[in-house]
Amino acid sequence: DSFQLQDDCFPAKIREITLGATRSEGGTRDNTVTVGGSSSLPFHNPHSLPPHPPVISLDVFDTAVSMPKALKNHLTDVMYDPASWAKQNVEQYGADMITVHLLSTDPLIQDKSPKDAAKTVEEVLQAVKVPLIIGGCGDPKKDAKTFTEIAEMAEGERLLLNSVTTDMADAKTLEPVCTAADKYGHCLLGFTGLDLNSAKELNRRIYQYFPADRLLMDLTTVALGYGLEYSFSIHERARMAALMGDAELQHPTLSACTNAWSAREAWMDLGPLFGKNDLRGPLWETIGGLTLLLAGVDLFLMMHPLAVSTLKDVAGKLIK
Amino acid sequence: MEKEHKKGIREISPIDVYKLLPRTNCGECGEANCMAFATKVVNGETSIVNCPPLYTQKYSKELDKLEELLAPLVQSVSFGTGGNAITIGGKHVLFRHEFTYQNPTPIAIDLSDDMAPDVISARIKRVIDFSYTYIGRPLKLDSLALRSVTKDPTRFRELVQIVCNSCQIPLILCSTEPDIIAAGLSVCAERKPLIFAITKDNWETMGELVLRYSCPVVVSAPGDLSLLRSLVKTLKEWGIDQMVLDPGTYHSDQIGKTIFQNTAIRKAACKDFDPFFGYPILGTPISVWNGQELSEELNRWQEAYLASMLITRYADLLIMHSLEGWVLLPQLIWRFGIYTDPRKPVSVDPGVRTFGNPDKNSPVLITSNYALTFFTVESDIKTAKIDCFLIVIDTGGLSVEAAVAGRYLSAVKIADSIRDMNVGDFVIHRYLIIPGLAARLSGETEEETGWRVLVGPRDSSGIGQMIRERWPPTEE
Ligand code: B12
Ligand code: SF4
Repeated sequence: DSFQLQDDCFPAKIREITLGATRSEGGTRDNTVTVGGSSSLPFHNPHSLPPHPPVISLDVFDTAVSMPKALKNHLTDVMYDPASWAKQNVEQYGADMITVHLLSTDPLIQDKSPKDAAKTVEEVLQAVKVPLIIGGCGDPKKDAKTFTEIAEMAEGERLLLNSVTTDMADAKTLEPVCTAADKYGHCLLGFTGLDLNSAKELNRRIYQYFPADRLLMDLTTVALGYGLEYSFSIHERARMAALMGDAELQHPTLSACTNAWSAREAWMDLGPLFGKNDLRGPLWETIGGLTLLLAGVDLFLMMHPLAVSTLKDVAGKLIK
Repeated sequence: MEKEHKKGIREISPIDVYKLLPRTNCGECGEANCMAFATKVVNGETSIVNCPPLYTQKYSKELDKLEELLAPLVQSVSFGTGGNAITIGGKHVLFRHEFTYQNPTPIAIDLSDDMAPDVISARIKRVIDFSYTYIGRPLKLDSLALRSVTKDPTRFRELVQIVCNSCQIPLILCSTEPDIIAAGLSVCAERKPLIFAITKDNWETMGELVLRYSCPVVVSAPGDLSLLRSLVKTLKEWGIDQMVLDPGTYHSDQIGKTIFQNTAIRKAACKDFDPFFGYPILGTPISVWNGQELSEELNRWQEAYLASMLITRYADLLIMHSLEGWVLLPQLIWRFGIYTDPRKPVSVDPGVRTFGNPDKNSPVLITSNYALTFFTVESDIKTAKIDCFLIVIDTGGLSVEAAVAGRYLSAVKIADSIRDMNVGDFVIHRYLIIPGLAARLSGETEEETGWRVLVGPRDSSGIGQMIRERWPPTEE
């Protein structure tokens, strides 16, 4: 009486989306990455594995940001230069993608123009040949302008614009962003705060102007100790609902697991008993990432090299 | 596979439970009536042991039925005795969002009989002293796993003796040799240790020991789920029922095996109602230390992330070796999080808290009753060393920003709380300091309360500076 693993069968699957475009596809990347495509629960069965390994994108900021020491150590030489920062991320730390955070466009920081931002993106496009994610500043009006400018400048590159939100819908800037992203052949990330109804509602609004098969979701990643369990359960629920047939949730998911560093326990000196911050911090990022990997997340925004290599290594062993 | 048809916890209605309760509405349980109690039972917020009349002769039949109705799909198993006893398992569901996970994964730290006495006592002390205060609660380690490495029964008995003499922590006795386990049990049987392990090779002798001392036991069949299941079946038929499953914890290249095996077992129990897999699962992150030529630091790193993955994927008990704070802290915090009620944030009681020695001129601050918010604000106020009143408003346990967005924190709510808590009696001024993230409530709050509102910083770490610069407020 031997034990047989039951194979799960689901009526639906997650959309498969390719990011970046090579020359023959209308872009300038050396390679593309593909996310999504899962047709079963993540790592429930060795016979039905995710079709693609998780993709890891490393951060680059266009302006000085305050960061814990454990993160800054690796960045002293490149901090003020997004292009060389991106290069280091790819060459030394094996980034599959680069996220360019255009924080300088924030009206409350430097209020740099969309043109300046586009120039930064252009430099990074030239410095590295992996696909890019473009991060805005969070202001729904400004981001719309910045994204529109960049969409046109980088026509055909299949960038992932991070992100479009309910705030944009409220500020009436959702339509122009979606239209521009569609016209110039990019992908979008819909961001909502741990609420599946909001996620579905935002997606429905986006579908009016943008093809569903180029849309990814960020359901919010909370740091370990600050509510990681909310993120974990939301992702498990979303994936289950999607596989059971909810088309509005059948999008690949992204986790900003760099949020780990917002937890005081990740960077604060807690005394000798709790050991070195230089391992505690990266471990905080690693555990956040691995937890959400087990919940089915497809694409990770990360920072610490040790967290990156561990997530890659473990995912590789899980998927082999 | 035999499929028993049992109602999952989510299919049980309060009526199902109510029908089996005494239905006298006596109130001994602290609830208004039996129906209210039944509702709490099916929500996992209370347990039938809190209904004393049910445990009288008159209701023994009903009690049996209730116990059967409410039995978790993964049986609970206990080891240790008295106030220190540990219960593991007792799970009802596969997914956390279906029903609160029960019995947070205890962490046992190993001691082996080849360790020097000073190392042993240092490790015991470290286990006892280990504590981290997280949102007001102490996070601690739970158990000791005593390993026979020398294979010498005398050495093992000495180890068990030293440990028993120095602490009351529940024990796991680790050896596959019945002689060695017997030596250990000869000094600690009354503490009801968990025996690790019964295997296909020792099951007859080890099984007798387990039955004689009626101790719970780990059934071990690394990498072979069919064998594991048939061993459990045999032992169950023999009368052993307090079992824990060890499918083997694999790491490095084989880490996938661990995740898939644990998942297969828990799915069999919760989705297919397989009674032979309806037992708690043991995870042994300590196995990364076995025969790997890695630096200590790398072993610790591997043990740390493996432990967290095991907590996520269905391990009900862990045995670890590292005692480093950076390795253990994230495990303790993650287990706290994943075992919280997914429907209800961890919250603190609403009310007025005082800091330092406030008087009638001291500032009055407003915050939410989400535990994370409250304890963050508390620690920031303490660090800033200011005398003040903090009004903790019932926001349903939501953080300030989520509460404002979800209308759980509103001008009316603030006004009601100020009135109900008689805040006006504590101070002679009429100023409220609200969190920066609630700024948009300021106008309305002034109208509703009649108090002036000062908008504080967005992060409570700025409270000290704000008070120094803007208190007392100057009349405009
Ligand atoms: C975890 C979370 C949740 C969890 C709840 C956790 C909880 N118990 O609150 C869940 C999933 C339940 C949730 C629900 C919702 N959420 Co929510 N959630 C978050 C998240 C990720 C973290 C919140 C948190 O824990 N913060 C940490 C605590 C400690 O912060 P805090 O309470 O604000 O306290 C700080 C400050 O306010 C200040 N402070 C506190 N008290 C005081 C007092 C004084 C005097 C001063 C000066 C300062 C001060 O210092 C503290 C430390 O920094 C945030 C996004 C983010 N990363 O911040 C979104 C967020 C707060 N949520 C949001 C929303 C919209 C919601 C929902 C309305 C979604 C929905 N449609 O259902 C619901 C609301 C509840 C409901 N059902 O109606 C939005 C709010 C947007 C806005 N600004 O209006 C956010 C910002 C996400 C987003 N960008 O969309 N959420
Ligand atoms: S103690 Fe039992 S009988 Fe009495 S009210 Fe509560 S549930 Fe009903």
